[in-house]
Amino acid sequence: MTVSTILKTALRALRRNITRSLLTVLGIVIGIAAVIAMMEIGKGSSSSISKTISSMGANNLMIMPGTASSGGVSFGAGSSLTMTAEDAEAIKRDCPAVGRVAPVVRARTQVVFEERNWVPSFIYGSTPEYLQVREWGNLVEGEMFTDVDVRTSARLCVVGQTIVKQLFGGMSPVGKEIRIQSVAFKVIGVLSSKGANAFGMDQDDVILAPWTTIKYRVTGSSGSGAAAGGNAAASSTTNSVYPGASAIFPVPAANKEPTPVRFANIDQIQASATSPAQIKEAIKQITEVLRERHRLRPGEPDDFSIRDMTESANALASTTNMMTNLLLAVALISLIVGGVGIMNIMLVSVTERTREIGLRMAVGARARDILTQFLTEATILCLIGGIVGLLLGRGSAMLVEKFLRWPVEASMEAVIASIATSAVVGIVFGFYPAWKASRLDPIEALRYE
Amino acid sequence: MASPLIQLNGIERTFHMGEIDVHVLKGITLTINQGELVALVGSSGSGKTTLMNILGCLDRPSKGEYRLDGEEISRLSNDGRALVRNRKMGFVFQNFNLLPRTSALEQVIMPLSYTASGMSDRQARERGKELLRKVGLGERMDHTPSQLSGGQQQRVAIARALVNRPPVLFADEPTGNLDSKTTQEVLKMFQDLNRDEGITIILVTHDPVVAATAKRNIRLKDGLLESDFIVESPSLPQEAHA
Ligand SMILES: Nc1ncnc2c1ncn2[C@@H]1O[C@H](COP(=O)(O)OP(=O)(O)O)[C@@H](O)[C@H]1O
Ligand SMILES: [Mg+2]
Repeated sequence: MTVSTILKTALRALRRNITRSLLTVLGIVIGIAAVIAMMEIGKGSSSSISKTISSMGANNLMIMPGTASSGGVSFGAGSSLTMTAEDAEAIKRDCPAVGRVAPVVRARTQVVFEERNWVPSFIYGSTPEYLQVREWGNLVEGEMFTDVDVRTSARLCVVGQTIVKQLFGGMSPVGKEIRIQSVAFKVIGVLSSKGANAFGMDQDDVILAPWTTIKYRVTGSSGSGAAAGGNAAASSTTNSVYPGASAIFPVPAANKEPTPVRFANIDQIQASATSPAQIKEAIKQITEVLRERHRLRPGEPDDFSIRDMTESANALASTTNMMTNLLLAVALISLIVGGVGIMNIMLVSVTERTREIGLRMAVGARARDILTQFLTEATILCLIGGIVGLLLGRGSAMLVEKFLRWPVEASMEAVIASIATSAVVGIVFGFYPAWKASRLDPIEALRYE
Repeated sequence: MASPLIQLNGIERTFHMGEIDVHVLKGITLTINQGELVALVGSSGSGKTTLMNILGCLDRPSKGEYRLDGEEISRLSNDGRALVRNRKMGFVFQNFNLLPRTSALEQVIMPLSYTASGMSDRQARERGKELLRKVGLGERMDHTPSQLSGGQQQRVAIARALVNRPPVLFADEPTGNLDSKTTQEVLKMFQDLNRDEGITIILVTHDPVVAATAKRNIRLKDGLLESDFIVESPSLPQEAHA
């Protein structure tokens, strides 16, 4: 038999019982559709995660005061916030695996522009290098403050896109004056958009200013209600929950003045390794430098902790992967169920068509012709199911993208895999019925009622 | 004209039913020449169908020799026998054995798909149409079995049996499911095919009226030849029921 006759014969046989053929193949359709949808959604979310991670800075390292065990902020007796701006400088100087370094002072307070007010997620005091650490790219408007501005505690800031929207109603903020805790800041630049980070926080809801200004003029200034405890707000919002704790951090009188930049406590240091491969080395070098600077004896625990993005990235990616694999397993099970359905119907079909098989043998069909015919029928059924399932899966992935706003990504591998899978399911589950058909005795088969 | 087409020598067929052996054919020796029209008769259970299955290469004898065209075929493999059936034999069955929901034309050309003839699809369809016209169904090529009468269905089956131009046609009770009028049509067709194309036809029947239309009658009884005679003047089917 030629290939075209085999295909034609199979298609004709399937057409003879079109409703049953369609119902038979439904299991495969659903299975393949599920596989495709799962793979597209899985791929979409993993690539969106990696995009988010790289928007947070893939090489980023965050160095925070306090032991790792207490989550970065320690209030235990004898412990103190020991991270200083000079630590940042030392890291920059002595760690070859570290590229960029920026000290960060955080504040969380209300920001006012004219009659509008807003509490940004992030009010960060840092240096111009912060932008490079975070790989923030160019400003969309205006310019960044300079190292000189940091030294002189200039009351300048740049703002993120969300601030522009919330505080300025979309109009250009450059040159405008905003008040952060009743300190007037001049907006000199607008950051490009970065979107949400891996934890869903809006990275554009940010105000950046020289760290000295935030430290000494905003969080260090007394008289304002929110920062009544001196530098409480500076050492994260947690401190304001425990007003008493602020007594541990007596504000040196000199701190109210901008001049002594050194030895001032900062909230964290953000650094970037020279390359993702250097992250481990960078962590090692930073640890050495800080331990030495903090005069920790061997055996004493670190009084700081270093976190890198790969950790959270891996955690997120593995969760997503696990979900995808789980759903994929379910989809594969449904494919097997579909295959068993195919086998079942093909067995019924062989029994029903016993006389046809006998006749075909009588007019010259060999056992292998019969085997090929039924195997082809099962495989074509599965392939049709696979293709319909493919379209259905694509369609549902697109609906998910449209209505649930999940990221999806079409994948060629998924297409090839699902077509191959359906063909394999057809061959595997079609084989036994086809083999049974080919083993029939023509005389018995012709006599079958 | 009188060259032997089929030579049986001491054909036996035994079925093993558990402990018991059923001897159905107990030694059949006969020769059928090319161009004969033979009726195989005998009472029910005498072994006609069993013999027919062996002649038609659907079954193997337990003992004995079977030469077709001088070639010993009783020891052929399954595939070898399938090839012989495809090239040299046509089958007509009592219950027509047409494929459901399949057009008359498709039925007729179906055996060609198992023939390595190199016939193109178009050639095959031409051949099918020609045969359907010959059996008087030129207008019903697209009809499926459910749209055809019993006689028409059997004529489709005859066209199918002829598609590979076999030298011999086997028909087991071909008129068993037909009324008397269509029985005559089918018998007439056999006579014409035998006379005009020289096709050897062997038909099984228990009906003496049908047997009387053949040129030779072979009678079986309990698995043995009871009689074998030439019909002096085979009746025309019309006369048989006149
Ligand atoms: N496959 C078989 N197994 C056992 N016995 C069989 C088989 N086929 C036929 N027979 C027996 O052989 C005998 C002859 O059967 P058959 O050739 O069909 O007779 P006929 O066609 O003349 O009526 C019957 O008794 C039948 O029961
Ligand atoms: Mg019989």
